[in-house]
Amino acid sequence: MSHPLKHWFESQKQTRKFHPAWIALAVSATLGVAGIIWVPAELVSRAEAPTAHPPPPPAADNKEMHPADMPTVIEQTPGPARLRGAKTIRVDFSPPADAAMPTDEFGEAVRLGKNIFTDTQTYARGYVGNKLNCVNCHLDAGRKRDSAPLWAAYVMFPAYRDKNKHVNSYEERLAGCFRFSMNGKAPAPDSKEMIALISYSYWLAKGAPTGIALKGRGYPKLADPQQPPDEGRGKLVFEANCALCHGADGQGTQVSGRYVFPPLWGQNSFNGGAGMSQIKNAAAFIHANMPLGKGNTLSEQQAWDVAKYMNSHARPPDPRLAKSS
Amino acid sequence: MVHADRLAGAALAQKGSKGVPACMACHGANGEGQTASGFPRLAGQPEAYLLKQLQAFAGGQRKNSQMAPIASALDAQQMRDAADYYASLPGWRPQGQTRAPSPQYALGLRLATSGNWSKDVPACFACHGPGGAGVAPHFPALAGQPSVYTRSQMKAWQTATRTNDPQGLMQSVAEKMTDAEFDAVSLYLEHPSLDEKGK
Repeated sequence: MSHPLKHWFESQKQTRKFHPAWIALAVSATLGVAGIIWVPAELVSRAEAPTAHPPPPPAADNKEMHPADMPTVIEQTPGPARLRGAKTIRVDFSPPADAAMPTDEFGEAVRLGKNIFTDTQTYARGYVGNKLNCVNCHLDAGRKRDSAPLWAAYVMFPAYRDKNKHVNSYEERLAGCFRFSMNGKAPAPDSKEMIALISYSYWLAKGAPTGIALKGRGYPKLADPQQPPDEGRGKLVFEANCALCHGADGQGTQVSGRYVFPPLWGQNSFNGGAGMSQIKNAAAFIHANMPLGKGNTLSEQQAWDVAKYMNSHARPPDPRLAKSS
Repeated sequence: MVHADRLAGAALAQKGSKGVPACMACHGANGEGQTASGFPRLAGQPEAYLLKQLQAFAGGQRKNSQMAPIASALDAQQMRDAADYYASLPGWRPQGQTRAPSPQYALGLRLATSGNWSKDVPACFACHGPGGAGVAPHFPALAGQPSVYTRSQMKAWQTATRTNDPQGLMQSVAEKMTDAEFDAVSLYLEHPSLDEKGK
């Protein structure tokens, strides 16, 4: 019994200041306090799981994360998440793979919708008044986030729009694209083209929550420019970054009568009523997506300037103004 | 500026000149390239593109031990002549070749026609034109290029031994891609077809 700890024990017992049961008391008290802290923390972290761990990106071989994988806009949405008590939730949604497209009659409509979307000049020829295709502004066949993807648009309709001061159906929203962006006339709501485009949008949105602003919706809004957008600076940005594909004259590039790169102004481009004819929309699209494959490499000021330059050129007039005059 | 002389270009291609071997020795009798060794097809490529490549071999923006001494031995007129001659030859056409269907070919088709936007990789054909037939003057034809060649160029951009792509567009694509994707897309572009079965 020469162990110093044993000695100390005995001495403490004799002074009656200590009893071995105290050790048990201290240990259980510590565990109790730890439990009080840990259990709620665990519950909270489970509740926040969608925020803390966004689902993995769809690509199998995601060796490198590119800035585009981390969009600058994170939608904070109310709805079911709030009801469950979480403060925010980021709704990450990925549309189904093309390989999952159904092969039945509905699948045929979806497929036609995709064809119209990527080759509007061929599949909706009668409704288009310029040389553009839907996919020019909605990249990756309407799938790419931050490029006004169809799956994010679909779940936000019906909706009130300031543009026409009433509640719009999704059909009416698509009709607006034909009238303004395509400078043409819309297919009827029950036409096979309109049904096909809606089918494609609906299918891309399969599994997405309705009425929730999904991450990647629209074009990420830019902050107000530090300097007023300037055509002169924009022209330099254009020549250095855009002319390679869109041509020094902005009229695009054709191969055997088909446009590989779309015309940005003039009679073959979108009209003055199109969303893209507003500098803020054009700047947002350009910043997130141009040059193709090098999105988010221009500065925001460069995007504002080149958007101003693009929209300083003549284009077909807004048909609403023509009608009223 | 002196105009290119197509006949002189043809002579250079077929016979070479002082210190310069005949182009056709490696690039094929009709500029069709060599599949096994990976010498690229030149026939039907945009003239401006071909000229720019010769200048890049001479200037070191394309590091290539075989082409550097040859391009350096050519004068500016010979470069223009050769570029003009090869641009005048017919480009690649599918000739009923079939390719056994494989997951690799299917991946190549997806990359070429849709890209991989989860990594901001656009479709090859978005810039190189439908079917990879090229968009003059800046975007060369990809269709019919030996897979060995396409793969080596993707690696060259990734490792910056080729730096003459306009605006660094190809470098930005290559650095986001994996070796497996290089293999797949190179295989596909040798015989591109819109049919997954390679017909």
